[in-house]
Amino acid sequence: MERFQDIDKADSTVIWVKNMTKKFGKFVANDNLTFSVEKGEIFGFLGANGAGKTTAIRILCGLLSPTSGEAYVAGYDVYKQSEKIKQSIGYMSQKFSLYDDLNMMENIRFFGGIYGLDKKTIEQRTNELIEKFGMQDMQKKLIKDIPLGWKQKIAFSIAVLHKPKVVFLDEPTGGVDPITRRQFWDLINETAEMGITVFVTTHYMDEAEYCNRVSIMSEGKIIELGKPKDLKEKHQVNSIDELFFKVARNVNY
Amino acid sequence: MMVRLNNLCKTYGTTKAIEDISFEVNENEIFGLIGPDGAGKTTIMQIVATLLVPDSGIAEVCGMEVNANFKALRKHIGYMPGKFSLYPDLSIEENIEFFAALFGTTVQENYHLVSDIYSQIEPFKDRPAGKLSGGMKQKLALSCALIHKPKLLILDEPTTGVDAVSRKEFWGMLKNLQKKGISILVSTPYMDEAALCDRVALMQSGKILQIDTPQAVVNSFNEVLYAVTSDKVYKMKEYLKHSNYCKNVHLFGQEVHVTLNTGVIDNVVTELKNTGFSNVEIKPINPTVEDCFMKLMVQ
Repeated sequence: MERFQDIDKADSTVIWVKNMTKKFGKFVANDNLTFSVEKGEIFGFLGANGAGKTTAIRILCGLLSPTSGEAYVAGYDVYKQSEKIKQSIGYMSQKFSLYDDLNMMENIRFFGGIYGLDKKTIEQRTNELIEKFGMQDMQKKLIKDIPLGWKQKIAFSIAVLHKPKVVFLDEPTGGVDPITRRQFWDLINETAEMGITVFVTTHYMDEAEYCNRVSIMSEGKIIELGKPKDLKEKHQVNSIDELFFKVARNVNY
Repeated sequence: MMVRLNNLCKTYGTTKAIEDISFEVNENEIFGLIGPDGAGKTTIMQIVATLLVPDSGIAEVCGMEVNANFKALRKHIGYMPGKFSLYPDLSIEENIEFFAALFGTTVQENYHLVSDIYSQIEPFKDRPAGKLSGGMKQKLALSCALIHKPKLLILDEPTTGVDAVSRKEFWGMLKNLQKKGISILVSTPYMDEAALCDRVALMQSGKILQIDTPQAVVNSFNEVLYAVTSDKVYKMKEYLKHSNYCKNVHLFGQEVHVTLNTGVIDNVVTELKNTGFSNVEIKPINPTVEDCFMKLMVQ
């Protein structure tokens, strides 16, 4: 409770995690994680498959309780205030982003409604989006008929439609063409500049370089955490790609 | 010739999935279909795997036309779809024995083909396939696709969603299979994997942009490519996008890759320094397949 009050005062810390552990039976998915993420930061959450990233993200999204330790998101306790957390975050992944059988406008109305935006705000932000992407002729198309790259850009914009404190992006650029992938990162940068924290996982190691800070998980633990530049200097490597091969293990994959 | 495709077309409703696709896969070659989702990779693979009939064009595998000979050809083809498609309620061992039995063979008979891969999951052979981790599922799926000793292995995006370390390991397995005489048709959205193929087709929106060896693709870039670094890479990328000197500007990790529109590279250096960027460094570099792909996309 003490820490919660601290966060209330220090509005700049959006994610605060201390000694967080999650066990499934004997299996330790998250082993004593400690880290924090600041307002407006782009935080890259890296690790091999099976390292425990998804478990941590599910906890931070208010979908799962840790076994022990503390975690606060947007100032709310993951144990007791998961509903408040869900209202304060945005989420998108490669697998789940938008409803295929709804068109773009319907998706926006649906998600806007879920996040409690009023009709006027939804309408206003819809118009902003259409103008930004120049997609006047796309708004009535079903999402399943829109190319993946576009879909992911729209999905991201909808995930931040309610101006959350933090948006979680789980492999948002998987399968996306290289030009759209870079446009997607332009969107991430714009969003962070607006003060929304971006928490992102990716298997593209060039994208890790675009983050303000990255963590690398292995076997449930955070084994590296810092600015890409500092981590590269520490390990005497030229890229995060090299660093990843040096430190990441895929034992549980 | 392992695979020969001539002017293949396939349309779903009003969407042209593939248009006029022609290429050949040589015996014992690793041939890669490289491109994003929606490029048409899966459609091509399903036609080659005898699972889908093209609207027009001819597909041959092992010298046999695919439609007329699909039953005979299935003995020679191993297919691993992009989505995990084994029986989740059957154990590892039951799955592989089932697939061996379907093709009238036994696990023992062809064990040598899969031993490197299957031995990694064999300690868990009683575990249901649905309860396996992503990597174990993949190894099981690959083992099941190989157990009837196919001549051609078709792998649809085997490394999508897979981390960089595990991807490298997977490609190691493919190289070993190649040494055992198997021809491989593989698709991937990861441009860096193109370099691991003998030849690649770069694909976008149902069309082939280029077919060649990865080295020849890179050699065909035909422009000097520069890598620019400074203390503020992202801001510098934004700046260079609007510079008259620069043609193509793309962020590549900690570098910005730039081709020139006009002038000499020194103009860019001066411009950046005058604008207040510090630690500006520029060097000519060899393009990657990703550089080539983006160039082809905008052409």
